[in-house]
Amino acid sequence: MTTLILAEILNDHDSQQLSPSALQAVAAAQFWNSPIHLLIAGNNTASIAQKAASISGVERVIHTNSDHFSHPIAEDLANLIVSISHDYEVILATHSSFSRNVLPRVAALLDVEMISDVLEIKADNTYVRAVYAGNVLTTIQSVDALQVLTIHASSFTAQSLEGDAEIVSIASPAAFGKTRWISEVRSQSDRPALSAARVIVSGGRSLASAENFQQLLSPLADKLGAALGATRAAVDAGFAPNEIQVGQTGIVVAPELYIAVGVSGAVQHIYGMKESRIVVAINQDPDAPIFQVADYGLVADLFEAIPALTAAL
Amino acid sequence: MKILVAVKRVVDYNIKVRIKTDGSDVDIEGVKMGINPFDENAIEEALRLKESGLATEVVVVSIGSSANQDVLRHALAMGADHAILLEAAIAIQPLAAAKLLKAMVQREQPDLIILGKQTIDDDTGQLGQMLAALLDYPQGTFASALQIEGNECLVTREVDGGTETIALSLPAVVTADLRLNNPRFVKLPNLMMARKKIIETIDGSDFSINIESRLNLLKVSEPPARKAGIKVASVEELLSKLRAHEGILL
Ligand SMILES: Cc1cc2nc3c(=O)[nH]c(=O)nc-3n(C[C@H](O)[C@H](O)[C@H](O)COP(=O)(O)OP(=O)(O)OC[C@H]3O[C@@H](n4cnc5c(N)ncnc54)[C@H](O)[C@@H]3O)c2cc1C
Ligand SMILES: Nc1ncnc2c1ncn2[C@@H]1O[C@H](COP(=O)(O)O)[C@@H](O)[C@H]1O
Repeated sequence: MTTLILAEILNDHDSQQLSPSALQAVAAAQFWNSPIHLLIAGNNTASIAQKAASISGVERVIHTNSDHFSHPIAEDLANLIVSISHDYEVILATHSSFSRNVLPRVAALLDVEMISDVLEIKADNTYVRAVYAGNVLTTIQSVDALQVLTIHASSFTAQSLEGDAEIVSIASPAAFGKTRWISEVRSQSDRPALSAARVIVSGGRSLASAENFQQLLSPLADKLGAALGATRAAVDAGFAPNEIQVGQTGIVVAPELYIAVGVSGAVQHIYGMKESRIVVAINQDPDAPIFQVADYGLVADLFEAIPALTAAL
Repeated sequence: MKILVAVKRVVDYNIKVRIKTDGSDVDIEGVKMGINPFDENAIEEALRLKESGLATEVVVVSIGSSANQDVLRHALAMGADHAILLEAAIAIQPLAAAKLLKAMVQREQPDLIILGKQTIDDDTGQLGQMLAALLDYPQGTFASALQIEGNECLVTREVDGGTETIALSLPAVVTADLRLNNPRFVKLPNLMMARKKIIETIDGSDFSINIESRLNLLKVSEPPARKAGIKVASVEELLSKLRAHEGILL
């Protein structure tokens, strides 16, 4: 038995980095007690491969460099994984927009039903995952010989960096050809990434405009060294960019402190933040559902409470 | 250009489902059902392509029991030209569904296939990618914008940290994010008219595809609930409470 992890490369301010979620993927893969290989596909991956080789528990880092992987598309990544899949009984990645794009394609090419966003691994083929926007947990058992899954990163404790894996370079299959990468728009923010932030300040529709959203929440976030988050209603209204939407359709976060400002607490939003250690809710409606998941609730008009909070810090 | 849209019937997104007392499954008996929200975006996008003259026909397909007729009627009321119910007896899993949809694609020969990016019941988000794989088609997942240019479909995708735009040679598979568009409201007269339209029914077993479950549901349970905490009276009290927590530096 060998496990293959698909690692993600992050493009961060023109430099490339191994996504830190690889450390959680390796932690999850340890369950199978078998050798762990980590796959990196890019166009200039030597230093990323070095970094990956230092993750404790990884036996081999496989990397491939090719022009068509400078902006990898799912079709090429899937074909690459399939080309080496015969060596593996488990193929996994952390649940992200990257892996969610690629691994279902891999699973179908290999005739496997895939398991998404695993919260807990119970046995070699048995998993716990959430359904209905996190309101129900299911325990499911796969009968496929090969397991293809994504894991819920925050459910697994990151591995340390004390390893020394071998690094192997492989050739990649020819480009798929029917998909052309055109462009990307990455958010340019000096704030910490939502997925890694220790503190998140999240705003809802009640901020009422993009100007308010920035003018009220930015100073608070600056003082706290926090990332900004938003509800879908705030994003749809154009108050905040889509990539900071927290929830079922956005990103799932688990910071030390989550401050929900004028957020009602719809189930789809709670799905994305309920793993936060401490939740603070500021809402003028004492019956807002967000208070049911908040450690500290302040019933107040945010337009008064937020400047006061910022000033008090 | 012909467009095929796949729609699923799911528990209404406002409903908090209950678990059966024996923990064997969720209890959706008598619960309000509706079309998966993302699939409404998929239909809407197909209709807009038709209204702008780029597409000629919009076909919707749903896999499931005869109960799925209601979501197909909803799609017809929105403006879809033709609806197909692919009857399958068991709760169908994504790979099996992808195999059935592949058979439908081979029969209908659409140039573009639009699905939702995920279902709100199982939250899997796999079917579009799986279908594209089985067809060896290009895929544009989590689409927040879509444009047809010649023989290509330009898709702007919502990804972690921003957006990405790719061009897919048609035929292709696209999965719709909520921000792709605002689905139109269905007017009552349209709903009445849709009641009279014919829904084509196909027996899923006609395709001799093995759709047996590969994922066995062993148990369902409640997630550990977060406990409601306390209400504080002022910003000052809030800060003093937070400062008392280890590791929270304010
Ligand atoms: C399929 C699907 C997926 C979804 N995915 C997501 C998702 O990923 N993330 C997400 O967030 N939503 C998601 N939603 C939307 C979700 O259902 C809610 O509509 C949304 O979260 C509400 O956002 P909100 O709290 O900003 O707005 P509202 O629900 O309108 O709440 C505004 C709140 O602000 C309070 N308020 C108003 N004025 C003030 C003031 N001056 N001071 C203090 N408080 C004030 C009000 O009391 C109210 O509680 C999804 C919906 C669907 C159907
Ligand atoms: N039973 C079904 N019948 C038709 N389409 C479906 C069915 N299940 C899922 N889909 C489509 O596939 C998309 C993604 O589903 P999933 O991968 O199950 O989350 C949905 O948004 C639908 O467009």
